[in-house]
Amino acid sequence: MKAYLKFLYRCFKRSFVGGWKYHLWLGFLFVIALVGLNAYCRQYVYGLGTTGMTDQVSWGVYIANFTFLVGVAASAVMLVIPVYIYKREELHHLVIFGELLAVAAIIMCLLFIVVDLGRPDQMHHMMLRFHFPVSILTWDVIALNGYLLLNLHIPGYLIYCAYNKRKPHKNFVIPFVFIAIAWAISIHTVTAFLYSGLGARPFWNSAVIAPRFLASAFAAGPALLIITLQMIRHFTHWRVERQALLTLRSIVTVAMFINMFLLGCEWFTEFYTDSTHVASAKYLYLGLDGKSALVPWIRTSFALNMIALMLLVLPISRRRLRVLNIACIMLFIGIWIEKGMGLIIPGFIPTPLGEIVEYTPTLNETLISLGIWACGILIYTILVRITVPVLSGRLTKDAESFDGGRLDFAKEEDLTAINYQ
Amino acid sequence: MNQNTKQNQESSSNTPASVGGCSGGSCGDKPTRRSFLRTSAVAAGGLAAAMAALKPLMELESEDRPTVEKFLQKHYKEMDGDEMQTALTRISKEVEKRFDQRPDIRDIKPMDGVEFVYALNLTRCIGCRKCVHACVAENNQSRSPEIQYIRVLEMPRGTTNVEKGNHHYDHPTVPSDDHYYMPVQCHQCANPPCVKVCPVEATWQEADGITVIDYDWCIGCRYCEAACPYWARRFNFTKPKLPKKDLNPKMSYLSNRPRPKGVVEKCTFCLHRTREGKMPACLEVCPTGARKFGNVLDPESEVSQILKNNRVFVLKEEVGTLPRFFYYFDERYPASDEAKADKTA
Ligand code: SF4
Ligand code: SF4
Repeated sequence: MKAYLKFLYRCFKRSFVGGWKYHLWLGFLFVIALVGLNAYCRQYVYGLGTTGMTDQVSWGVYIANFTFLVGVAASAVMLVIPVYIYKREELHHLVIFGELLAVAAIIMCLLFIVVDLGRPDQMHHMMLRFHFPVSILTWDVIALNGYLLLNLHIPGYLIYCAYNKRKPHKNFVIPFVFIAIAWAISIHTVTAFLYSGLGARPFWNSAVIAPRFLASAFAAGPALLIITLQMIRHFTHWRVERQALLTLRSIVTVAMFINMFLLGCEWFTEFYTDSTHVASAKYLYLGLDGKSALVPWIRTSFALNMIALMLLVLPISRRRLRVLNIACIMLFIGIWIEKGMGLIIPGFIPTPLGEIVEYTPTLNETLISLGIWACGILIYTILVRITVPVLSGRLTKDAESFDGGRLDFAKEEDLTAINYQ
Repeated sequence: MNQNTKQNQESSSNTPASVGGCSGGSCGDKPTRRSFLRTSAVAAGGLAAAMAALKPLMELESEDRPTVEKFLQKHYKEMDGDEMQTALTRISKEVEKRFDQRPDIRDIKPMDGVEFVYALNLTRCIGCRKCVHACVAENNQSRSPEIQYIRVLEMPRGTTNVEKGNHHYDHPTVPSDDHYYMPVQCHQCANPPCVKVCPVEATWQEADGITVIDYDWCIGCRYCEAACPYWARRFNFTKPKLPKKDLNPKMSYLSNRPRPKGVVEKCTFCLHRTREGKMPACLEVCPTGARKFGNVLDPESEVSQILKNNRVFVLKEEVGTLPRFFYYFDERYPASDEAKADKTA
C-alpha cells in the first residue's frame, strides 16, 4: 500500500515535469478549463436559462458532445482487438494509449452529463432510487462507470507492473481485456438506445441508430488516436511505428464505409417513404419552413466525411502520413458534427406538436463545453506524460531519472513489448 | 487573473539548466530552493485563478443553497406522515418568506375507486385560450418566462396532423373561419413513457391515473421531456418568477406548490382540486362547455357516457401511450341497441 502511494506521488510529481512547451500547454488547458468552470458557476446560479435550450429543444450541445465522446471512448478497444485477437504486436503499447484515451473521454462524458442537469445538487437521488432496469439512462450510468473502471484497471495495472519491473500476470489482464471489448460495444449500444427507445421522436426511433453509432465511433475514435499518436511522435522522441498507424488507417476506412452505407439506408427509408416522419430529416438536410440552421453544418460534415474517405482510400494516405493526418482531422470534425448536433438537435425539430423552434448554443454554454474538452485533454496529456517514462523504464521503483526540463519520452527501442508471466 | 497564471506558468518554465552555470549539482541547494519558490508561485497562482473562477457562486440566492434538510429529504413514496409534515412545514416556511403569505399546503392522496379522464369537445372549442390562462393562475406557474401547460393548436380543416397546426395564432377574434381548435395538455397516459425513462423515479403514475412529479426529487435531466409524445412537460430553465399578489395559496405537495429552478413540471389534472371533488380550473373557466372531466370507473359519470356514446379519438394512438385524454365531437353514434331493435322489428 505504502509503495503504491509512493508510486502515485511520484506520478503526480512527474506530471509537472517538462519543458516550457509542456508547461505552456498545461497552463493553456488549465486556463480554458477554469474559464469553463467559471461559466458553469454562472449556469449553476442562474439555471439552464443561460443556455440556448428551450422546452422545444430540451437537449443541446452538452448531450451532443456526450454522445460523440461515448463513441470515442468505445472505439479505444478497436485497438485492443487487433492486438489480443490477431496478435498484432506492433500495437501493443498503443493499446495502453488507447485505453487512457478512453479514460479521458469517459470523464468528459460524465462531466457533460453533470453540467446538463438542472439539479446537480440532487444527483445522489440516483443512488437512492435507481430506476433500474426500466430507465435506459440507469443502464448508461452503469455502462459508463463500469467502462471507466475497466479502463483504469488495465493500463493502471500494466503501468504499475512496469514501474515495479514485474511481469504483469496474464490473469489480471486478459480476462479484463475481453470484458472491456464487450463492454465497449455495450456502452455505445446503450447510449444509442437512450434515443432509439423514444416513440415520441421518430427521427431517433429507428433500429439503425445503434449500428450507425458503432460504425461512426469506430471511425472517429481511431482517427483521433492517429492524430494523437502523430502529436506524440512530433513533440517527443518517441517514434510511433508506421505500421501501427496504417493498421489504424484501415480500421478507420472500413468503419467509415459502413457508416456511409448505413447513412444511405437511413436516407432511403426516410425520403423514399416520405411519410410525416421525414420532417426532422428534412429539417436537417434541406431545411423546413424556411428554418435551416443545421443545413450548412450537416453539409459541411458530409463534405468533410466524403473527402476524408476519398483520401483514406487513395494510396497517397499510405505513403504520406501528412495526408493521413489531414484525412483524420477532417473525419473527426465531420463525425463530431454528424453524431453530435446532427443527431441530437433534429430529434427535437419539429416538436411532437409540430412546432419548429431552432436552437443555437449561447456563449456561456460554449465556454462550458470548451472547458470540459480542455479538462479532458489536460487529463490525457498528464496520463501520457506519466505513462511514457514508466513504460520506457525511466521511472521505476528504484530509479527516478529526470532529464532536466526536456520531455523524456522514450525512444522507440526503449519500448519493449509487454511480456506476460 | 487568468493572464497572471499564464505568466506564472511561462516564467516558471525556464529550465534551471538554461538560467546559468548552475547545472551539474555544483551549486548546492540553489536549484531546489528556486524550484520550490517556483512551484509555490505556480500553485498560488493556480489556486487564486480557481477561486476567481468560482466567484459567481457568491450570487446564489439563499433559498437555492443546498441544505442538510433538503439533502436528507426522502422520496415521496418513502416518507411517513411525520416526515411529510416536516417537508410541508419547510416548504410552507419558504413560501411564506418569499411571498409574505402563509400557504395552505397539504399532501392530498388519491380517492379510492376513482380514475380520472378528460374529454374535450372539438365541436365546441373556439380557441379562446381562457383555459391556458386559468391554468397558469391556478397552478402557480412562472410568469416570466411564462410556463403554460396547455397549448391550443389552430388546425386547418381537413387534417388532424399536428404539424399543420398553428401554435401562435393571434386574431382579434376567435374562432377564425376554416379552422378548428385543439387544446393539448398532459394526457395522463396509462402507459406513460415519461415515467419509464426517469432515472430516479421522480415521476410516477398514481392510483387515480394522474402522473405526478416530486419536485424535490427530480434531478432535471429532461429525459422525460424528450420522451413525452404530447410535449406536455415544461422545465424551469430559470428560477420561476411569480409576483407575490399572484400566488394561489391553496396548494399541494404533488401539484401546484411553487417549483424550484431546474426541475420539470406539467399538468396534474389540478389534483389539489379534483381529489376533493372539484373540477379542474381549465374546465371551470371554459365558456363553451367544451371540457368534461370525471371518474371513468363510475358508469353514470358524464365522461363515461361520452366515451360510450360520442365519436371519440385519442391523439397519436400509434405511440401506444393509452391517453386518459379524449377528443370527441357532438355527434353521437346511433343509439345502437334501439337501432338494432328497430331493424329486427
Ligand atoms: S402526456 Fe406526456 S407527460 Fe403526460 S403522462 Fe403522457 S407521456 Fe407523460
Ligand atoms: S427531468 Fe426529472 S422527472 Fe424528468 S426524467 Fe429527469 S429526473 Fe425524472
